[in-house]
Amino acid sequence: MKYVDEFRDQKLARQLAGAIAAEANPGRQYRLMEFCGGHTHAIFRYGVQHLMPPNLRFIHGPGCPVCVLPMARIDQAMAMALEHEVRLCTYGDLMRVPASGRRSLLKAKAEGADIRMVYSTQDVLRIARESPDRQVVFFAIGFETTTPPTAVAIKTARAEGMTNLSFFCNHVLTPSALRTILATAGPDGVQLDGILGPSHVSTLIGSRPYAFVPEEFQTPVVIAGFEPLDVMQATLMLVRQLNEERCEVENQYRRAVTEEGNLKAQALMAEVFKTREQFEWRGLGFLPRSALALADTYADLDAEQRFPVDIGEPKEVKGCECPAILRGVKQPTDCKLFGTLCTPENPMGSCMVSSEGACAAYWSYGRHRAPAPQAQAL
Amino acid sequence: MTQNRRFPVRLDLKQGTVDMSHGSGGRAMAQLITELFHRYLDNALLAQGNDQALFSPPPGRLVMSTDGHVISPLFFPGGNIGSLAVHGTLNDVAMAGARPLYLAAAFILEEGFPLADLARIVESMADTANQCGVPVVTGDTKVVERGKGDGVFITTTGVGVVPEGIHISGDLAQPGDAVLVSGQIGDHGVAILSKRENLGFETEILSDSAALHELVADMVAAVPEIHCLRDPTRGGVATTLNELAHQSGVGMQIREEAIPVRPEVMAACELLGLDPLYVANEGKLIAICPGDSAERLLAVMRAHPKGKDAAIIGEVVEDGLNFIQMETRFGGSRVVDWLAGEQLPRIC
Repeated sequence: MKYVDEFRDQKLARQLAGAIAAEANPGRQYRLMEFCGGHTHAIFRYGVQHLMPPNLRFIHGPGCPVCVLPMARIDQAMAMALEHEVRLCTYGDLMRVPASGRRSLLKAKAEGADIRMVYSTQDVLRIARESPDRQVVFFAIGFETTTPPTAVAIKTARAEGMTNLSFFCNHVLTPSALRTILATAGPDGVQLDGILGPSHVSTLIGSRPYAFVPEEFQTPVVIAGFEPLDVMQATLMLVRQLNEERCEVENQYRRAVTEEGNLKAQALMAEVFKTREQFEWRGLGFLPRSALALADTYADLDAEQRFPVDIGEPKEVKGCECPAILRGVKQPTDCKLFGTLCTPENPMGSCMVSSEGACAAYWSYGRHRAPAPQAQAL
Repeated sequence: MTQNRRFPVRLDLKQGTVDMSHGSGGRAMAQLITELFHRYLDNALLAQGNDQALFSPPPGRLVMSTDGHVISPLFFPGGNIGSLAVHGTLNDVAMAGARPLYLAAAFILEEGFPLADLARIVESMADTANQCGVPVVTGDTKVVERGKGDGVFITTTGVGVVPEGIHISGDLAQPGDAVLVSGQIGDHGVAILSKRENLGFETEILSDSAALHELVADMVAAVPEIHCLRDPTRGGVATTLNELAHQSGVGMQIREEAIPVRPEVMAACELLGLDPLYVANEGKLIAICPGDSAERLLAVMRAHPKGKDAAIIGEVVEDGLNFIQMETRFGGSRVVDWLAGEQLPRIC
């Protein structure tokens, strides 16, 4: 397939693997966190870890929107659907995320809640137009990448004067989470030597927001695309920065990411949303200025205001290590529930749900795998 | 002579809809059966008009299989629920190496379903059964209230006979065996997905829905030592390979590069974040045979129109964990697991 196969070329992969193996200093560790679930997925799906030397390890970051959504938000959405009898529209991944009491949106649907799976915000607008007598709520979720489509849907709802559509906003912001990970890293937390920076998120926000990573945390960043060759090239760039004791933001994904990002999308986001003072992230706690809510001028379209619900304290599953896994402190295989009580068929924790979640990726593509053999230098 | 006709007013196959009386056992049901089902599915055994079909089986071991069809949409590029209900069950029968003999069909209709659509479905079912040479010899119809079904559900049951000397079963794969696939994978799932109302997605990809019993007949005649046959429907090739590995207590090593996938299907999967290994097929099969028979089997498959793109995709290995390991096109290696949850809702 044109424009895709080029980024999955086996010969180039071998050359890159050879270069990484040749340049990686056997006397040191390279602990690189890939922030995004998209990277985690590519690393597992294409067997990238397998091509790396043994002293280079990928640590999976929290960049999977489904994984970092706290249980309380799912409980809240479920209560909107059940108590206010709204038609709740959501992306497919969210359906199976565990809520309190081992429930989920999928189970609520089976109990009679009106929950619709959508592929895009266009589906949501269509559903709302087709059912003017029914209150429709969009469960909006995602990092910066999925935020502009929600903004467009909000503006469309306003322009068309829709009174039956509102938005349950759960959009979160990458830089705040990255700062938290780095601030808690160190001997007691996760040990990180470098960061593979977000791919699609960076097309929106640009490379500039990562400047604090080398400046404040003396950690190099390479923004990387989601194709396996992107990941490998960015890894080589990180190895070189570390070997040369450089520490800066580099951009491997230059075909899509600029320094300032997509200014039009940023303006749209600034118009429709405001930054929340704080927001809860699963595994990371309440992070300041880390999520978006509808701007005051659009507050009438805010589902949280239109359909207030009272949910109790969320009940986390005992023994679930998702919080530590999301901080990179533990690996999926460190969790007692992994592969025993918690599997993709019956997820107990959010990291087992999405294909971008570290646990699901481990389970699907690499479980019980013996340590990766040393890549052959060519 | 209108007064002599059993049903003075003909069934309105243009504007009419299914109502509760069509399942009540009364005159309306009899009319639906006569003017719609018997009209299209016409054959001597059905014409007996009994609640069962009476026949003498040919010598040999009999196989029997049943399959419920609940697809959405009912009509898709390359087929519809009627043709699929025939192909699906014929293929399940054929995967024992059998020659299919007869089919039975049960319809669950939803009140309000257009008779015109039902006629299209039954006509297509009849055409498909005729082309395959396997008649629908008995059937049943029920009607459920509006909102309690999804248009039409069809369950088909098939019987067939296995030739002497053929022993095909999912638990017979052995280390050293070769794994073959009969053609490009993923066409059906992507064709269905392209017609989902909420995906504004246009494509020329047709479902591969097809009956495989003639291909199977050629295969077992030429290579009677085939160990396993299975059609990778729901859950796709990945799930079928896992089932077979588990049943046989073995592992498999496959090569991504060897697995045939159309570029259009690959592109659609790429766009939707799907893996073609998990996408449903309705006219493909997986065959496992002794390694030294593989090239012979491949040649026989490629000589048949329904196997012309067949390929050897890997081999059976010893593995107590029954894993399917795949060498990726990228040069890495990964485990190909069972499908978790569902990749697409209700595809067959």
